[in-house]
Amino acid sequence: MTGTRQVPVAEGLFTWPSDEPRLIGAHCAACGLVRFPGGPSCERCGGTEFTERLLAGRGTLWTFTTQNFRPPSPPYDGADTAGSFQPYAVGYIELPGEVVVEARLTEPDPARLAIGQPMRLAIVPYTVRPDGTEVVTFAFEPDGPVPGEAGEA
Amino acid sequence: MEAVIIGVGLHPFGRFPGVSAMDMAAVAVRSALADAGVSWPQVQAGFVGSLEVYNPDAIVGRLGLTGVPLRGVFNGCATAGTALSMAARAIQTGEHDLTIAIGMDKHPRGAFAADPSVAGLPAWYGQTGLFLTTHFFGMKINRYMHEHGISHGTLARVAAKNFRNASANDKAWRRTPLSAEEILASPVLNYPLRQYMYCGPDEGAGAVVLCRADQAHKYAGRPVRVRACALRSRRIGAFEVQSPAFPVAEHAPSPTVDASRDAYELAGIGPQDVAVAQVQDTDAGSEIIHLAENGLCKDGEQERMIADGDTGIGGRLPVNTDGGLIGNGEPIGASGLRQIHELVLQLRGAAGARQVPGAPAVGYAHLYGAPGVSAVTILST
Repeated sequence: MTGTRQVPVAEGLFTWPSDEPRLIGAHCAACGLVRFPGGPSCERCGGTEFTERLLAGRGTLWTFTTQNFRPPSPPYDGADTAGSFQPYAVGYIELPGEVVVEARLTEPDPARLAIGQPMRLAIVPYTVRPDGTEVVTFAFEPDGPVPGEAGEA
Repeated sequence: MEAVIIGVGLHPFGRFPGVSAMDMAAVAVRSALADAGVSWPQVQAGFVGSLEVYNPDAIVGRLGLTGVPLRGVFNGCATAGTALSMAARAIQTGEHDLTIAIGMDKHPRGAFAADPSVAGLPAWYGQTGLFLTTHFFGMKINRYMHEHGISHGTLARVAAKNFRNASANDKAWRRTPLSAEEILASPVLNYPLRQYMYCGPDEGAGAVVLCRADQAHKYAGRPVRVRACALRSRRIGAFEVQSPAFPVAEHAPSPTVDASRDAYELAGIGPQDVAVAQVQDTDAGSEIIHLAENGLCKDGEQERMIADGDTGIGGRLPVNTDGGLIGNGEPIGASGLRQIHELVLQLRGAAGARQVPGAPAVGYAHLYGAPGVSAVTILST
């Protein structure tokens, strides 16, 4: 098959396609808070004036967990079943000076993740529609070697 | 005018095929009324909470259509804190002399499922598999273990303690004791949390009857004083459930910390006075974190406290003496009234096999849940 069609899970969430994809956040005109996603109002001051801000593509892992069972569907729309479901990890990534964002992680093994490790943004497919279109979302992947200490198990 | 609790009633928590949430609540209300020596027509106002029941105030059809004002309330997992708080407030303001708080729920099996729009979140958050409250619990305790030196074994010991307490409670759901080793052998659901470290959504109902303190002598139930009720929502900078992001540079404590401080101040009671506590143990990690957030220990002290059995019945600070959420499950509307039911039994010295020794005089109840809301209630003899 040549060139699987891909679409983003939502418009206005990240720059894509791009060699250096970035999350699209917002900068509050009233109080300066950087937030993600953009959204209609500021969660600190309630202000509705804002400018778009492309967030840093690299940060550090603030915390993480794993999802070891298929989430309730809907709202989850993965093309998998309870039998074919593959566990994934979720974390918060601190983008220095900006905001701490929640995202799926590309590394599902908690023993290969460590709080504080460098991470970078990646745009990855997470489900396939019946017509074969892949839906992509944002995720973070380890940026550099796996941490020396293998988890805390 | 001070409000006192004169009656508590609880329908057992668990799974009851064919029994509706409303019928369970009617059982709980009748039990609370009997405990107080009160008849339904004497109730002047009530507050009733539920997630699954759209019109929980329809319970009047089970109890008697007296025309009583019954108001539906909802604050997620803190719903029962709000019902009790408003029932107490209606007495404190002088509006009513005798009120009731009611909670009921009947959840389907498995993790809570909903569209993210119910919490004001975008559709992609649910589609991509991020809209699960359990992620937050896994991530919060993972960070907390990293910062404060809490071990996986301590998580298991907390869950084992709650199952042990539940085994002495004939109204609890999960009454089979499990060892820490068995808990550590159960599958990981959300690292580092394992299957037997979580509570499950289930079914049940509770009711609490309150009256003016100066009229309590007219009723049967031995009064327990409501010293404080506080509810707080998340502040900017707090790390909270169902948050796609939070600010990097400013940090605020959990609403639990805010509600707890408010409640201690209102009550004129400090954490050192608490003799028995019920804290939100959605999972074993939550119980550990909530001990510190409620001022009952310092961050990191839990590792030694739990190893020493301090939070067991007979320990220095018994916690979740009826089994907590881990032992009872969580019917959301009723869960906090189960906590109050247990504290009232403990303060009356009527908790039977799980009675905390030494005539406890101060009881503390804490709830936490989506979208970052916490309720704290302090009771005393």
